[in-house]
Amino acid sequence: MAGARLSARVKPGPPLWLLCELTYRCPLHCVFCYNPTDFAMQSSELATEDWLKVLREARALGAVQLGLSGGEPLVRDDLEVLVAEAHRLGYYINLITSGVGLNETRIRALKEAGLDHIQLSFQDSTKQMNDFLSSTRTFELKSRVAALIKQFDFPMVLNVVLHRLNIDHVEAILEMADRMGAEYVELANTQFYGWAWQNREHLMPTRSQVERAEAVTQRYRDRQTRPMRIFFVVPDYFERRPKACMNGLGSIFLTVTADGTALPCHAARMLPGLSFPNVRTASMSEVWYESEGFNHYRGDAWMKEPCRSCPERGRDFGGCRCQAYLLTGDAANADPVCDLSPYHDRVLAAVARAEARAEARPEAPGTEERPLVFRTPEASRALSGAER
Amino acid sequence: MSEGLTSESRPAIERRFRLQFEPAQGAHVLLYPEGMIQLNQSAGEILKRCTGTATLAEITTELERAFATAGLTTQVREFVEYALQKQWLVLA
Repeated sequence: MAGARLSARVKPGPPLWLLCELTYRCPLHCVFCYNPTDFAMQSSELATEDWLKVLREARALGAVQLGLSGGEPLVRDDLEVLVAEAHRLGYYINLITSGVGLNETRIRALKEAGLDHIQLSFQDSTKQMNDFLSSTRTFELKSRVAALIKQFDFPMVLNVVLHRLNIDHVEAILEMADRMGAEYVELANTQFYGWAWQNREHLMPTRSQVERAEAVTQRYRDRQTRPMRIFFVVPDYFERRPKACMNGLGSIFLTVTADGTALPCHAARMLPGLSFPNVRTASMSEVWYESEGFNHYRGDAWMKEPCRSCPERGRDFGGCRCQAYLLTGDAANADPVCDLSPYHDRVLAAVARAEARAEARPEAPGTEERPLVFRTPEASRALSGAER
Repeated sequence: MSEGLTSESRPAIERRFRLQFEPAQGAHVLLYPEGMIQLNQSAGEILKRCTGTATLAEITTELERAFATAGLTTQVREFVEYALQKQWLVLA
């Protein structure tokens, strides 16, 4: 490979970020959820002792930012126990929640256990759209939870996943966040994995929607009076270079899923031909340093052209392996978000279909209409082929 | 941004941040919601003395004593100004 200096195996640094997806049970049924669509087929959840072992071993390796997520982590009644141990170990602990199940008793217990901050999701700025998109009646409950988070003096990150059905409401979403006293707002455009991949045709915004939302966000930043950091995560289908996904697989990020599977990214389970270790049988050191699932995409020896000889490969690491797999069928290809990818037209075609849809033109050939799929155990089993 | 910073000011870590030493990184880090700033040695040594009780002058004296050196006033003041601007520090 002329001009390409490839490193076979890079000695990784520590797994600084640990995400524990404590459960896939969730009271919400969001259409854009990144959880695997086969979650209902997975084996039993880890026990409290398993999670405590994960926390201790990962901390010893150097993990320091801890996300407790799901599903809905509040479904676990040992959440307070896990938070207390994580706090004792020195983690900075983030609870990522829909708010369902967070009452005054539990939030007080979590505060006492040492929880550092709370990321609360909203689906939109109105009751009607929030409740439609999550297929639940949760808007008023979430609003009460936002008030509880402030009452107990947690820093609040308000997270709203954006897509074509709510992206035009960005201004109202920001005003809602401001009213609720959020310190941070994440306007996270949908990434198309899991359930969002199933619903991509419904959720993909148009370019003008994205540009308008960005402009509205910037105007809001320019005139805001209360300090509130606003992150606008651009949908990568509209970019010409891929995101530096996970800063490269196996470089800083480690997810443990509800059934104990350890992954270098929360979507990586879909990658074919790789075996991922389970924390029931492997230590976190074996997981991080020795397992095939974490080593395979480290460094750049796995890359194909155009990444392999690309001067930017050290910056974006070829983008997202899951996106490469979903869109090209080969996880070692360049993320087709990159306009140097020979498959970039597939990204453009998905965006073009969104434009066509907005203009109410007939759908492009081969894209038959199908209804929104809500994230439910029944839909999960159906998508996994277990039900007919 | 940091008008009012004098040798008698008492800087403290802003309450949304947590400062701690991370052996795995060999560095002090500032932790905050979904982020982490790895500090170089001098930044870590200055910030860990910003307790809200010590004055800027006392912090400087203590650093000069700890590192057996002199003439750190400007360096410490400039970093504290920077950290105030970044909102890592507030004046107690």
